[in-house]
Amino acid sequence: MAGRGRFGIHGGQYIPETLMNAVLELEEAYNHYKDDPEFNAELTTLFNEYAGRPSRLYYAAHMTQDLGGAKVYLKREDLNHTGAHKINNVLGQVLLAKKMGKTRVIAETGAGQHGVATATAAALMGMECEVFMGKEDTERQALNVYKMRLLGAKVHAVTTGTATLKDAVSETMREWTNRIADTHYVLGSVMGPHPFPTIVRDFQSVISREIKEQLMEKEGRLPDAVLACVGGGSNAIGSFYHFIGDESVQLIGCEAAGRGVDTAETAATLATGKLGIFHGMKSYFCQDEYGQIAPVYSISAGLDYPGVGPEHAWLYDTGRAQYVPVTDEEAVEAFEYLSRVEGIIPAIESAHAVAYAKKLIPTLDRDKIVVITISGRGDKDCAAIARYRGEDIHE
Amino acid sequence: MNKRIAQAFAGRKAFIPFITCGDPALEVTEQLVYALEEAGADLIELGIPFSDPTAEGPVIQAANVRALSGGVTTDKIFDLVKRIREKTSIPMVFMTYANVVFSYGTERFVKTAAEIGMDGLILPDVPVEEKGEFDTVCRQYGLDLISLIAPTSHERIRDIARQAEGFVYCVSSLGVTGMRSVITTDIGAMVKLVKEERDIPCAVGFGISSPQQARKMADQSDGVIVGSAIVKLCEKYGRDCVPYVKDYVKEMKDAIR
Repeated sequence: MAGRGRFGIHGGQYIPETLMNAVLELEEAYNHYKDDPEFNAELTTLFNEYAGRPSRLYYAAHMTQDLGGAKVYLKREDLNHTGAHKINNVLGQVLLAKKMGKTRVIAETGAGQHGVATATAAALMGMECEVFMGKEDTERQALNVYKMRLLGAKVHAVTTGTATLKDAVSETMREWTNRIADTHYVLGSVMGPHPFPTIVRDFQSVISREIKEQLMEKEGRLPDAVLACVGGGSNAIGSFYHFIGDESVQLIGCEAAGRGVDTAETAATLATGKLGIFHGMKSYFCQDEYGQIAPVYSISAGLDYPGVGPEHAWLYDTGRAQYVPVTDEEAVEAFEYLSRVEGIIPAIESAHAVAYAKKLIPTLDRDKIVVITISGRGDKDCAAIARYRGEDIHE
Repeated sequence: MNKRIAQAFAGRKAFIPFITCGDPALEVTEQLVYALEEAGADLIELGIPFSDPTAEGPVIQAANVRALSGGVTTDKIFDLVKRIREKTSIPMVFMTYANVVFSYGTERFVKTAAEIGMDGLILPDVPVEEKGEFDTVCRQYGLDLISLIAPTSHERIRDIARQAEGFVYCVSSLGVTGMRSVITTDIGAMVKLVKEERDIPCAVGFGISSPQQARKMADQSDGVIVGSAIVKLCEKYGRDCVPYVKDYVKEMKDAIR
């Protein structure tokens, strides 16, 4: 039997037998609804009326002038309801779960953005919601924990392993095995077993569809490069997807290097990881020589994950996209830079893409166009960045 | 089918204990294997610890952490098995996660495991859809890749049974490994579906800790697998756990005789 849901050699369904019928049921439902006009009309209404899509493609004039190279456009996913791209996927999945007759959703969260988005959609659509979050992250992102509770969700602090995103994913998978019949697992990134990488990518691909249309309207052409940060990789694949066939468009994913790719305190999977099988998929993972998953580190809770989605692994293998590591320090500088220059406080995750753009743009001619996806807003990060800079601020 | 695994089920209900290698230390694991055999175990599951065991409940998760922080590696476990195999012919299977095998090099892992005298391999995160890349190699070296069926498997059971090797591991309950006061699944019906397809031994695991549960499960199948209850004793008594585990296993085996 050939494995399903492959991107080159990556992907697949490496999960306990207990969950197999659940993912098969999900695949069947998704294949039915993805082309259902009524489902798509409902989702579009939710996107537009509730989440505030389409998100703006903003010409960053000051940044362009300051960097003195290519023209810079920012895809403003930070302006979506709940403050990040996460809502795109969540509205799609929770609507799908509701159509499937599920009454309860569970989710993992790193920075808390996906948890807040899931709790929001659950509140909107009348579903029970439980979110699993690494204990360390509940402390780093206490405000998001409060928001989830405010929205009616139950938040579980995960203490196993490194008490961060990967452990939250493991714990949510365990919970799903425990209660399947009425429960859908709203996976937050383009990872996990098939069909999740495809479903999440499809719901996030609205980002690149809009970029294409908006830039065509403003400039009458395709961009020369699209940049996005990559943890699991959902905003990046959403930003890349409709450009994959346009060979002239450079696709650049920015990974979290933490304290540097030559240190153990990094989360840059494609720079430091190797091929493996974990969390339902074959892909690249940070791991030791015996396949034990590495305890990764990044200042960004949302990029603090030891793996990368299988489609990114495939884009990496084929060379269609390139992936670059960005350190904590570079990301923090970019966080401050975009705030100061454009009056936009980006999520520390998105600041990784801004940081690499700051290096790339001055090397490009002025007639080139670069799009940076600002995947989320940075309000949640202000206290942590202030502390990083030595200011004693607590939420 | 591996001969030693077939013997484990020959003319009796098999009692299959699970221990995590290196919990609390590899020397203790070696002593545990001999004690388990003396207590009446018919087949032993040796867990190779993994950093992120997604199918395990808290008890076995903690055992994985203890073993890994003690410095256990796949190579050290292979050395251990080599020593054990010189002294006993009890059937033994590895239980670990796909990445432990894959990252070692699937062929290199399976070849070594077969050479040092292992009889089978259980990978709880490899369903029938993905077993090909492991199974081909296992068949080549004579290691049985054990298939699992779950309470949610329904119509998948026949297909899994048809391709199964060694024995079929019947997961008794939803959720992860760990002791349960009640098992509600109709195990008899699951086993019946397997047997309608093929005459292959079925052993029930997940949640079994008392002699009464073991007897009830064994009545409906060919054997019982007990993990968390044993690992709990290893956790409680540490390096002194061997006699406690031995007494417990003897009681459990007696219950299914």
